Amino acid sequence: MNIIEVKNLNFEYPVTDDEGNVVGGNKVLKDINLEIPKGQFVAVLGHNGSGKSTLAKHFNGILVGNSGKVYVNGIDTSDDEKIYDVRQTVGMVFQNPDNQLVATIVEEDVAFAPENLGLPPEQIRERVDSALNAVDMYKYRLHSAHQLSGGQKQRIAIAGVIAMRPECIVLDEPTAMLDPKGRKSIMSTIKRLNKELGITIILITHYMDEAAQAERVVVMDNGNIIMDDVPKKIFSQVDRLNEVGLDVPQVTQLAYELKKEGIDISLEVLTEEECAEELLKIVNKN
Amino acid sequence: MLKDITIGQFFPGNSIIHRMDSRFKIVLDILYVVMLFVADNFISLTIAGIFILMAYAVSGIKPIMMVKSLKPLLPLILFTAILNLFFINGTEEPLFKWWVITIYWEGISTAIFMIVRIICLIIGMSLLTYTTSPIVLTDAIERLLSPLKKIKLPVHELAMMMTIALRFIPTLIEETDKIMSAQKARGAELDTGGLLKRAKALVPILIPLFVSAFKRANELAMAMECRCYKGGDGRTKLRQLKASGLDYMVSLLMITVFGFIIVDNMVF
Repeated sequence: MNIIEVKNLNFEYPVTDDEGNVVGGNKVLKDINLEIPKGQFVAVLGHNGSGKSTLAKHFNGILVGNSGKVYVNGIDTSDDEKIYDVRQTVGMVFQNPDNQLVATIVEEDVAFAPENLGLPPEQIRERVDSALNAVDMYKYRLHSAHQLSGGQKQRIAIAGVIAMRPECIVLDEPTAMLDPKGRKSIMSTIKRLNKELGITIILITHYMDEAAQAERVVVMDNGNIIMDDVPKKIFSQVDRLNEVGLDVPQVTQLAYELKKEGIDISLEVLTEEECAEELLKIVNKN
Repeated sequence: MLKDITIGQFFPGNSIIHRMDSRFKIVLDILYVVMLFVADNFISLTIAGIFILMAYAVSGIKPIMMVKSLKPLLPLILFTAILNLFFINGTEEPLFKWWVITIYWEGISTAIFMIVRIICLIIGMSLLTYTTSPIVLTDAIERLLSPLKKIKLPVHELAMMMTIALRFIPTLIEETDKIMSAQKARGAELDTGGLLKRAKALVPILIPLFVSAFKRANELAMAMECRCYKGGDGRTKLRQLKASGLDYMVSLLMITVFGFIIVDNMVF
């Protein structure tokens, strides 16, 4: 069962001249087709301007394509009457945590979405507590948001989305503004939500090591999906990735350089442990 | 440095005043102001003064905070006192006469009366913000004003604007700090020169601040839409305001005092 289906999606931003007349369009998405099964952890990779953020905004109807359709659990996202069903199913987390928190106090902010859904107060309380526990921020529930670190704020933003009880969360470069420690905490939170709560995760990123932790990687370039496979198969194509301006994880780069020097090593290494094992094999062989 | 500014000056606590329903607090505070203006002799005013001092004692707010709340309004208090002192004409002989200045006994007594009244007014209003968090205050205002929805006043929108403003004040203060440092690093002189020069120096700080505020607003609006925000209709609240026996007791006390003051006014 697919939670998100994208069919022949095209999207262009109108280009205007100095007087505000539309003189053309800037095509950002070109005939995109994509299916995301329930429970998957997908990373979408691409450099700036590849259209990855624009695609993400189509997943919950913030943007609607010029042609083509996006279905969430079978619901057309261009259907205005069901837009809140779509948004409740697919939650979204953005880059800057400061710009997505609505209320001063942590628990009030997490309560924002359930309040919008019109739930009774007891249920809101229950959802807020469980969402804060899910991101391991329960003890900060009465703090002011501006006293927290970037990583903590971003976890609150994720809790605010979880409180809607979505089936899927789209994260648009959630770690881009965080320090390494914050990045790590967000990645482990995301993975836990995917494993323990079975929430489908779509992670938009330009960090290779983050994408390497996903089950599936979709690579975008210039409004097209150019690769769609498991991370090992994607990152072993080092030349192809370099062509579209993307790097590979450092260990894969190391294996690639070694291979160029004539050493017989597999390019399908993504973590330091895997790389160490492969190197050990080669050392033992000689 | 700018970070240290506290907004609303709320002191968390667990006193009777803290635990009162914030709607009652607002209404009773307004009633107190009315009471101060109804009181027209020293006995009534003393009763009103003792009432607010007792409220402070119960609330556990440090007495120094009363003085602090008066400080910004000190010029106003002095101005009122001086006007009354010099321009009230009495029926008896003036106490003091020099050049154009004449002071009567009535002038002195009215001046003291006005000072006490204004002081009570200010510390009374401060007690509300000292014991109620801004968010709860916003909530209470939204609920108190909700009947005005019938005449198409956008009550929910106003309350949401207040909530967001409170949320973004620290963020924007931090941003102002950063922009100021950035402009100083480029040789901007912010602390020197005359008034006009200083005002002009603010322009390169305000423009980036505004641009960034609009950008933030845009992103926040999108994030709110993603979290199913569709205005005030059908929205519920995590925090429920509930009136308890305590609120009715305090209201009763207040009304008793008010009644006493009215009687007192008629007798004397």
